[in-house]
Amino acid sequence: MAIHIVDRRLNPGSKSLENRQRFLRRAKALVQGAVKKSSQERDIKDVLEGGEVSVPIDGMDEPRFRREGGTRDMVLPGNKKFVEGDILPRPNPSGGKGRGAGEGDSEDAFRFVLSREEFVDLFLDDLELPDLAKRKLAEVESQGIRRAGYSTSGSPANISISRTVSRALARRVALRRPSPETLAALEAELETCSEARRVEVLAEIEALKAKIKRIPFIDPIDIRYRRFETVPKPVAQAVMFCLMDVSGSMTEHMKDLAKRFYMLLYVFLKRRYRHVEIVFIRHTDRAEEVDEQTFFHGPASGGTLVSSALQAMHEIVQTRFRPADWNIYAAQASDGDNSYSDGEVTGRLLTDKILPACQFFAYLEVGQEHGLSYEMPNSALWTLYEGLRANGAPLSMRKVNERSEIFPVFHDLFQRRGPQERAAP
Amino acid sequence: MSAPNQLLFQGADWDFHTLQRICDTCEQVARDELGLDVYPNQIEVITAEQMLDAYSSVGMPLFYKHWSFGKHFAFQEASYRKGLMGLAYEIVINSSPCISYLMEENTATMQTLVIAHAAFGHNHFFKNNYLFKQWTDADGILDYLEFAKRYVTHCEERHGRLAVEHTLDAAHALMSHGIDRYPGKKSLDLRAEEKRAGRRRAHEESAFNDLWRTVPGTKVKTGAILDVERRRQLLGLPQENLLYFLEKTAPRLRPWQREILRIVRHIAQYFYPQSQTKVMNEGTATYVHYRIMSRLHQQGRLTDGNFLEFLQSHTNVVFQPEFDDPRYSGFNPYALGFAMMQDIERIVTNPEDEDREWFPDIAGKGDAMAVLRDVWANYRDESFISQFMSPHLMRKFRLFHLHDDPADRSGILVDAIHNERGYRRLRRELSRQYDVGFIDPNIEVVDVDLAGDRRLMLRHTVVKGAQLTEADTKRVLQHLADLWSYDVSLSEVDTSGTVLKEYVAHPRSLAAAA
Repeated sequence: MAIHIVDRRLNPGSKSLENRQRFLRRAKALVQGAVKKSSQERDIKDVLEGGEVSVPIDGMDEPRFRREGGTRDMVLPGNKKFVEGDILPRPNPSGGKGRGAGEGDSEDAFRFVLSREEFVDLFLDDLELPDLAKRKLAEVESQGIRRAGYSTSGSPANISISRTVSRALARRVALRRPSPETLAALEAELETCSEARRVEVLAEIEALKAKIKRIPFIDPIDIRYRRFETVPKPVAQAVMFCLMDVSGSMTEHMKDLAKRFYMLLYVFLKRRYRHVEIVFIRHTDRAEEVDEQTFFHGPASGGTLVSSALQAMHEIVQTRFRPADWNIYAAQASDGDNSYSDGEVTGRLLTDKILPACQFFAYLEVGQEHGLSYEMPNSALWTLYEGLRANGAPLSMRKVNERSEIFPVFHDLFQRRGPQERAAP
Repeated sequence: MSAPNQLLFQGADWDFHTLQRICDTCEQVARDELGLDVYPNQIEVITAEQMLDAYSSVGMPLFYKHWSFGKHFAFQEASYRKGLMGLAYEIVINSSPCISYLMEENTATMQTLVIAHAAFGHNHFFKNNYLFKQWTDADGILDYLEFAKRYVTHCEERHGRLAVEHTLDAAHALMSHGIDRYPGKKSLDLRAEEKRAGRRRAHEESAFNDLWRTVPGTKVKTGAILDVERRRQLLGLPQENLLYFLEKTAPRLRPWQREILRIVRHIAQYFYPQSQTKVMNEGTATYVHYRIMSRLHQQGRLTDGNFLEFLQSHTNVVFQPEFDDPRYSGFNPYALGFAMMQDIERIVTNPEDEDREWFPDIAGKGDAMAVLRDVWANYRDESFISQFMSPHLMRKFRLFHLHDDPADRSGILVDAIHNERGYRRLRRELSRQYDVGFIDPNIEVVDVDLAGDRRLMLRHTVVKGAQLTEADTKRVLQHLADLWSYDVSLSEVDTSGTVLKEYVAHPRSLAAAA
């Protein structure tokens, strides 16, 4: 009887993928909760990496008829000292097959690994940018075509003749296909050679001719096709302006909060748009556009003029990002201090220049660690923005003191809403 | 085939020629020396990921799609990655040909062990045990699963994923109550089953004529109230196969829903013998691999090093922690089964007086394999233990019996230990732990109120005071009510007839099921 041995290793794996997706769909609410919880504990950079979440197992269990209680009889191995009639104390008062303390975790929840895609998707699933018109544009993407090397299959129209011929030549050389010159030379020799040599030459000519027949000029394996691939061409693009106050009053903690917020915003925009630009602007009493490294880590100090940053942003928008083509977002983080004289300039800049061009403007006021956000007195900036908002400007503002507040605040700001609703302060 | 006394392989590496050689050699031992009778074998080499895949669809190579399989996959993958769980070395499928999966990571020794274990041990058991013969259709199962998969997909396309998922959820919740426990019906023929389903569908389609809707109906006959006995008889009551009952009589199920219940029921039935023979099945396979491996070593086909590697895995597999060991989680079927098989061998070949007294039929008979083959063919765990658990083994395992009565405040009683007085009681109690009739709650459909609100009435016969857990029961009943489309009630009744508890569930949406 022959035994069949089959190698299945090359079979497509992850037959469970479909089932896994069904499971995720089904457990969406649970997994989403877990994702939110786990992202609070993690560094924002890691949010992009996906990873482990733990999901309460009883939310997903499948019910069966089960029994419990009653009198129980069991036979166990390993008796050491008991004799018939012994009475053993019950291990714990709750009776039954209790779980030992400490091992509860593995029973109540199970951890599993989400891919980066799954994680970010779930994390951002119910978020939306508070902008409608241009977002629609962004989703209708056109596909561009670009050259992408050569392939061994394709349509005849795409045959690359030069590539094919050069490969054919290489093959012919490698296989030592006789050239027509060699043949001609031999035939010429045939005319003049001696009788003895003649037989030899004839045989040689025969052999060469046979070889030429065996090794075709072009073999199907030589043929190469030009390959093209489609690339998404961004139709709508997004730019995010990160405006950060780096004046002397901003502590490292405050910067950290701001940084986290920007990161999230970045992840979020990346999801929605193929093409996201980030512009970092930091300001003290004057503003400058900087790279990321400087933005977060470069030392700076000085007074505070918020309007300088807004002015800088306005200039950049005018030169590089036409509001008609770009979805423009701005997130401003500040401790709320502004010089008194700057208030009016800031307000005007915002209402006249910035806000009309922006899809969304978020203002994040960062506070001291261990402070309570609702106990923070309203700062100069806060009061100013509050006024603008009351007049209907598309501004959202939140106060944040602790790292763990970043996610809820972010979530709150970008929660999917009905068309009429606005992010409340 | 390699010449005798020549090494099968050296070191840990293997290739397909080695596998073939291993198979041939194992087969020689299995057939000529152990007298095993097996289905044709098919060995499939797979990766760890594929092994996880196979796990999550209850070990079958193909299965319909359902979220719970995804859940199991996620769960197993997580514990595998964490290192909580090693993967099983093999999965073996009760089909003809009998398919065994081997993982590519295994060493050559492990592959030999797995082939001996699965392709010969399990395979022989599947082919010869009476329960498998009676209840499973090894030739038809793979085709049937293929059909089930296609059918479920087809339903999803036609009726929507959610509707199908809902039906499957409900069917899964009742799966352990979708089994015919007693023979009497003819055994499954899944191929014919699949054909019948196709014909049913074709007939429904051809017989559908929208005009019938317009024919004026006759007045529904009233007053003809069947007497209770007759009604029950017509409905086949009492009925403990809930899925079967629903499939046949649920008034508002659509034909495709009935077919899905039927599929789930057939699959439950297919797995039923496996749940009744865990100890025997693993015991057989372990005993067979132990015999084959020892023989190969004896013949000089395995090096001492490889044999030691084998012994280490083997010892791990048959390790039985004692009750006070933190690793203890019940009896290890491999350990118990293997110990019993070895014990039978001892009794047959080298009995003591005690064994002669306890096992007069087999003690000293001499041919251990003949006795074992007979045992493998004719018992299930419960009857196997109650017949063949010997005092010798009870002493070796140092078994004791605890009786835990919650009413007894003072504590748990040690009712019997491994001594002259205790042997029989221990054996009876242990075999009871493996009695499926005892493990699953006994729930039956007892009546349908056809004249009234069509309420479906179920009864749970409470044994030893163990009642159903409330939360689970409510959810299962909800599923049941959704399928039945009318109210469902369940009463828990103890042996004296007192009703301990009643549940009622209302269907969630009549319109959805109609």
